[in-house]
Amino acid sequence: MNNSEYAITVKDLTKKFGDFTAVDRITFDVRKGEIFGFLGANGAGKTTAMRMLCGLSVPTSGNGRVAGFDIVRQAEMIKRRIGYMSQNFSLYQNLTAEENLRLFGTIYGLSDREIKTRSQRLFQDLDMESMRGKRVGDIPVGWKQKLAFVAATIHLPEIVFLDEPTGGVDPVTRRKFWELIYKATADGMTVFVTTHYLDEAEYCNRVSIMVDGRIEALDSPDNLKKRYDADTMDEVFRMVAKNAKRAE
Amino acid sequence: MKLRILKALLRKEIKLMRRNPIIPKIIVMMPLMVMLVMPLVANLDVKQVNVTVVDNDRTDISRRIVADLQAADNIDVTDNCTSYNAALRTMDDGTADVILCIPYRFAADMLTAPEPLDILANGVNANKGMLGARYVAQSVAGTLKEIRRDSGIVAETTESSVINRFNPTLNFRNYMIPALMVMLIIIICGFLPALNIAEEKETGTIEAMNVTPVSRFIFVLSKLIPYWVVGLIVVTVGMVIGRVVYGLAPEGSIGQIYLAAILFSLVMSSLGVIVANVSSTMLQSIFIMFAVVMVFQLMGGLFTPISSMPDWARYLTYGIPPRYFIEIMRAVYLKGTSLGGLWLQYTALGGMAILLSVIAALTYRKQS
Repeated sequence: MNNSEYAITVKDLTKKFGDFTAVDRITFDVRKGEIFGFLGANGAGKTTAMRMLCGLSVPTSGNGRVAGFDIVRQAEMIKRRIGYMSQNFSLYQNLTAEENLRLFGTIYGLSDREIKTRSQRLFQDLDMESMRGKRVGDIPVGWKQKLAFVAATIHLPEIVFLDEPTGGVDPVTRRKFWELIYKATADGMTVFVTTHYLDEAEYCNRVSIMVDGRIEALDSPDNLKKRYDADTMDEVFRMVAKNAKRAE
Repeated sequence: MKLRILKALLRKEIKLMRRNPIIPKIIVMMPLMVMLVMPLVANLDVKQVNVTVVDNDRTDISRRIVADLQAADNIDVTDNCTSYNAALRTMDDGTADVILCIPYRFAADMLTAPEPLDILANGVNANKGMLGARYVAQSVAGTLKEIRRDSGIVAETTESSVINRFNPTLNFRNYMIPALMVMLIIIICGFLPALNIAEEKETGTIEAMNVTPVSRFIFVLSKLIPYWVVGLIVVTVGMVIGRVVYGLAPEGSIGQIYLAAILFSLVMSSLGVIVANVSSTMLQSIFIMFAVVMVFQLMGGLFTPISSMPDWARYLTYGIPPRYFIEIMRAVYLKGTSLGGLWLQYTALGGMAILLSVIAALTYRKQS
């Protein structure tokens, strides 16, 4: 078990693809139970950084610990303790909602009973009872995102990584999605989330803003607004990211 | 625990395969169509050889040779030319496959110092030219033998043993039927897993798997096992059609055929997985697979015998898995060879299956 007060600690984490430095010596930590917002323009390196934390990508240099395990040497240990929802929707489209949950539940070592009771409760909570037996490909996008979140958290991970979970989703559904996130933190999960919606940044406990592979600002939304003398996170973001060189 | 995960993954693979609108149909229809049509079409037999005759002798004997030629199966005397050059023109025009040239005074000298008969074959279609020349030679030899016998001379027997080896239609079909099953497994069990994994890469579902604690061995196994079943379906469809439509049943045990089919399906699907592992898109994996399949088909002994390859190529074929499967299939199907007689082939195929599936698991990367 991870006894430190941090769910994630990262030091000088770097990823290079050939000459291109996607992530440039980033250092930060995330406390347990926190909602940590990971902001940045397109191409700033958010997804690359997140993939290193999840054990999908090997860092070029630097190190970090997630859920108490080393991201380079113990990636498979980390994978038991985290959930990950990728930017591209990644449930099996030709399996039903229920079959997807059962598949992921089984892989994470839940018993058939646990999977059954949990998915039953989740379908009720989400008001998705009627979609249980539907193929995921036939479910509307907003519901799909919720389902993907459920699949990523069915094993009650210590940390859940969400890569632009609300991309392409209407404001009402986005709001509901954030209710799900809050509920997850109430259950003790740590949430690491990237987003382009700056109103969503306000929902986070702390926010980091990445520019060209580096973290340029990191604090609570209120402190950031004070520091940059801004009324909204939107203004803060514009000021921090205005010198970005990487175009889309 | 691991077994439970493997079962869950297999359930997923089979459901996805069955729910795919096209793949289940291909798995049944492709062997069905190939087995129904290809043995009739892919055929190296030569049924009609057009012959131009240049008869410089013009005797009873030379006319008898030509008449017998005209009467022989598969041979049609289409032209009678007065000169060699005119005969060559018929070959240029494409109306003649073979030219038979009977020399002047052939009949007169035939018993003392015979001039040789000239047989010229059009080699553009090498197979037809070769067989056509043989057909003509056989017919002529038959006539000469009769003539000698009629005139009371003991026939020389040197020429007869070679020529009698025709390639009747039935034999060639029997040679092809086991080979077609091999080809089907090469294509179906090689391409499907390659495309399946490439598709998971493109849709991003593979990432959802890579971020879970599932071990890569279990994951790769879940991609290989379904193709044992597919391989068995293909062979079963092939054997049923072979029996019902062409009346060809395996001489040896069906269990041996199934065992070889399972091993070879494992070889092909492992190769498919390896190819998918090293390519990042479906396009790439299809291209690599085509290259592999082409080598397998042309060098595995499917169409052309390995024994007629140059030495260096013959050594290479020891590394080509379909070679062993083809040998097993033909031996069991046509000769009824037992397991003991084919232990070398089974061991080679089994060894390759294990080796390639381990490589498939090792080249699968959960981390980039």
